[in-house]
Amino acid sequence: MNFKNRDIISIKDFSKEEIDYILDYAKRMIPYANAEKHTTLLNQHILAALFFEPSTRTRLSFESAMHRLGGNVIGFADPSGTSQKKGESLADTIRMADSYSDAIVIRHPQEGAARLAAEFSEVPVLNAGDGAGQHPTQCLLDLFTILTEKKKIKGNKVVLLGDLKYGRTVHSLAYALSLFKADLTFVSPETLKMPKEVINECKEFGVEPVSTSNLEKAIKEADVLYVTRIQKERFPDAEEYNRVVGSYKVDNTLLQQAKQDLIVMHPLPRVVEIDPEVDKTKHALYFKQAFNGLPVRMALLSLILGGKKL
Amino acid sequence: MKELKVTPIKDGTVIDHITPGHALKVLHVLKIPESTSSVVSILMNVNGKKGKKDIVKIENRELDPKELDKIALIAPKATINIIRDYEVVKKHIVELPNEVVGLTKCSNPTCISNAREPVESRFHVISKDPLRIKCYYCEREPEDIAEGII
Repeated sequence: MNFKNRDIISIKDFSKEEIDYILDYAKRMIPYANAEKHTTLLNQHILAALFFEPSTRTRLSFESAMHRLGGNVIGFADPSGTSQKKGESLADTIRMADSYSDAIVIRHPQEGAARLAAEFSEVPVLNAGDGAGQHPTQCLLDLFTILTEKKKIKGNKVVLLGDLKYGRTVHSLAYALSLFKADLTFVSPETLKMPKEVINECKEFGVEPVSTSNLEKAIKEADVLYVTRIQKERFPDAEEYNRVVGSYKVDNTLLQQAKQDLIVMHPLPRVVEIDPEVDKTKHALYFKQAFNGLPVRMALLSLILGGKKL
Repeated sequence: MKELKVTPIKDGTVIDHITPGHALKVLHVLKIPESTSSVVSILMNVNGKKGKKDIVKIENRELDPKELDKIALIAPKATINIIRDYEVVKKHIVELPNEVVGLTKCSNPTCISNAREPVESRFHVISKDPLRIKCYYCEREPEDIAEGII
């Protein structure tokens, strides 16, 4: 399977076999990600990291991934000091970054920005989140986390909880989990339900998701509980946000009803939706999940830059 | 003598087999009345061989290929007859391509294709009947395609 120069824009651009291949390669990256082993695989390669929107985990893990592979990173974490502020188009910024680097990773507040960047770039483009659109590397690391903890994805009962309307993570994840034939339950406040088109996509893979607002009932059977933050920045209306914020919370009382081996995941940052008391339980997987971004992004960078395989 | 509801036209275009109720949307995409001062006739809910349909007749104007593509987006079963001296000289059955470029705007205001970037709007046709299109950039499906037509 050849990924050289391939853009990573949307999880929907990848077949199940290709995702399996990436996840399998990511597993082999773990000793390099936690510095047990060292490599100069991407020596002399430069990654341009263009973050037009704030990011902590995604940006740091992309930078760390590139450094762990022996490569270098240029870029910015805040567009205020760039030509964008002077009115430069994204297309022109990309043409410039393309000539300075071997790959571009971009986060941008507008949907479709990464797809546009790929049109104007010769070097491969990785989407690190485009507004409320796609975030494929998050999706891959979520799949990787379930796979490594549960040994398989198929057949797991996965509960997606929270803002299922605006949350980009849960849309791509619902699609990908359906591709892998997981059982899906969507739990959300009434006004933040999973959009119909996402549910239809799941059905196209033969998965029949259950939608409910009853978390207590859903958690009893769950193998994976995937919690998301209600993202204030995605709400068109502050009133709507105020009505739903704090409408659900995962704490130890709730988890008493869960299976012993339930894993709790969260793309982070969390605010109030998971009580810190959960951190100490064996259910809490979200920090390990955040670490998993590193081997997954190392695998992707290595594959698209055509580095010899480790 | 029986009076005709709408008389035949001498020169111009007759758009037939428009989905019933969509005639005004066809006028909207053709920028009528702004783009013509000639006579335009509209028939809605006419009984045809295959059920009800709308018909639009535009005098002294022949549609160009780009306009035909736009009509395909809102009336995918339409036929377009070019009339010269009361005769049909050309007949087009509109056909939607697999990709629609530069014809309709993405309805998502934060889609990058609506920003000041050097790109045209671009949609994949995911279903022709019923018509469903998906933005190449933001992957959203517009609810009202006619609304966004450029």
